[in-house]
Amino acid sequence: MKKRVLPLFSAVLLLALLVLPLGAAAAPENDENITINVYNWGQYISDGTDGYIDVNRAFTEATGIQVNYTTYDTNESMYTKLKTGGATYDVIIPSDYMIARLIDEDMLRPLNFDNIPNYKYIDNAFLNTDYDPDNIYSVPYTWGTVGIIYNTAYVDEADTGSWDLLWNSKYSGKILMFDNCRDAFGIAELSLGYSLNTNDPDELRDAAELLKAQQPLVQSYVMDQIFETMEREEAWIAPYYAGDFLLMYKENDKLGFYFPEEGFNIFIDAMCIPKTSQHPEAAEAYINFLCDPKISAENLEYLGYATPMTEAKQYMDPEMTTSEVVYPTEETLARGESFLVLDREATQLMDELWLDVKTDGGSISTGTIIAIVVIILAIAMVFVTRKVRRKR
Amino acid sequence: MRNRFLATPYLIWMILFVLVPLAVVVYFAFTDVNSGALTLHNIARMGNYLSIFIKSIWLALVSAVICLVVGYPVAYFIAKAPAGLQRFLLMLIILPMCISFLLRTMAWVSLLEDTGVINNFLGMLGIGPLPLIRNNAAIVLGMVYNYLPYMILPLYTVLEKMDPRLIEAAQDLGCDDMQVFTKVTLPMSAPGIVSGITMVFVPAVSTFYISKKLGGTDAALIGDVIESQFKAAYNPNFGAALSLVLMILIFICIGLTNRVSGDEKGAMLV
Repeated sequence: MKKRVLPLFSAVLLLALLVLPLGAAAAPENDENITINVYNWGQYISDGTDGYIDVNRAFTEATGIQVNYTTYDTNESMYTKLKTGGATYDVIIPSDYMIARLIDEDMLRPLNFDNIPNYKYIDNAFLNTDYDPDNIYSVPYTWGTVGIIYNTAYVDEADTGSWDLLWNSKYSGKILMFDNCRDAFGIAELSLGYSLNTNDPDELRDAAELLKAQQPLVQSYVMDQIFETMEREEAWIAPYYAGDFLLMYKENDKLGFYFPEEGFNIFIDAMCIPKTSQHPEAAEAYINFLCDPKISAENLEYLGYATPMTEAKQYMDPEMTTSEVVYPTEETLARGESFLVLDREATQLMDELWLDVKTDGGSISTGTIIAIVVIILAIAMVFVTRKVRRKR
Repeated sequence: MRNRFLATPYLIWMILFVLVPLAVVVYFAFTDVNSGALTLHNIARMGNYLSIFIKSIWLALVSAVICLVVGYPVAYFIAKAPAGLQRFLLMLIILPMCISFLLRTMAWVSLLEDTGVINNFLGMLGIGPLPLIRNNAAIVLGMVYNYLPYMILPLYTVLEKMDPRLIEAAQDLGCDDMQVFTKVTLPMSAPGIVSGITMVFVPAVSTFYISKKLGGTDAALIGDVIESQFKAAYNPNFGAALSLVLMILIFICIGLTNRVSGDEKGAMLV
């Protein structure tokens, strides 16, 4: 009898393990207690710091819908997370070219604009875009530009003006670089005079060579760590999104910013609902909330990014709406170019080349190889001599 | 009979969470990322990253050896200390392990960087900022710091259990201190050395965070490459191929260490 108890016990335990998650999933959903999963860029919503609005809390207070807010640091890592599954998201806020890719791969859900009445505030300039020509899948959140942030205390003003500053060996070890392939390749392509959207393998290879030449000068490849590193002056030069410059400037007023003469990237980040969303209506309510001109004004005043709603500007600090970093002049904007989605082959080649850039110089000296061989030989020798000794 | 039944939950666990995932890794490694067709392309691409494999193994090996050199005397000292002190010292060894290793590595960054604590202090003495961070030495330092307890603990266990009468016997038979160590203590502690080296080497060789934070831009290790394939590049197939090759290399390295110590009680280790 005793013998049978144990297997029975383990069987019951296993069964319980298997049944448990099923039971949890089958529990009826309470309409009062919906939680939506929002997946956004890091440092990309006003979260209540410095006395600004806490957008997510305000949304919960207004609608009763809970927000589970998580962040990513690049479009590509967001894409990977979405693609590999494991987590379902209700609202995501990718950039233009990534939205085009998601639409192309049928990963987004058409929006029901009846639930998003505030959509009417979006300026016409941000409708019928290249990435979503028929305005089906996305609602613009912010737009912005990429430029160079530098520390005026250490960087000679004469060296500024172009992307070449990122290749200036005078500042070796004090230069930061984007840790995502699209932005990094974009800068190299602009320096070479190519289009940001080239699919030509040779042009991509040229860009990769240029990035490899830059690698020894680069302190590290970063995304949001740039805030802390630039503010503390551990690094002096970094290409980044213009809106974030204002946040950094608040912490360290020695920082400066310029739009490189060769041109730069203009981007729109827009809110979308993935196909796998469990609560599309609650997600639409969230999108609608963020499109409320007053909320958008308060949110973006903290973020420093540009609003796609003229209606929102009246609620904002005039200092912000007249800033030429956030809203560059028409003349400057003419030098901007937006990202389009690349061919599948070009995307894959860019990923492979980017890995080559980041692993370049990983080769080891001959001295090290000799040392390794000697160690392996020594180990083999010990082994062999022991065997011989034992045989005797 | 009874023991076998007790092991069934673990057996099922092993099959579900070790063998099945391993099969998935093998499957991914030999299929194309877009079409899912069988291919050797992922394995063929590996040649480009050979130097990174060697570099990762080399740095991990150096770290393991330094851990052994630093950890052995510590373990010996703890094992010979009085019981009360022993418990206290062990707690000191284990204590840092209670803090997330990410946090501990970040702490090293703020110590070592150009505007960090050490360089600020040196600056006050008039010594220019030294290049303490973003080089291979900093990576090895990070690895040694993070994995040293994994070397000390198995060594301590072995040394602590060693019968003191064996040493007395050796002394009676005319061995001096050096001979006692090389003829008795060291061979007896071989299983601890092997398991210590394995437990330092295996996590060190596949680490990605330490090299990213403490190494320079030219210091990408194989763990960084694997991470990028899963996180940024969305090429899990190539990532799986890299992991598979790394796993085989690790097995070879462990096999080698076990072989070397084969004379001493055949220490086999998880």
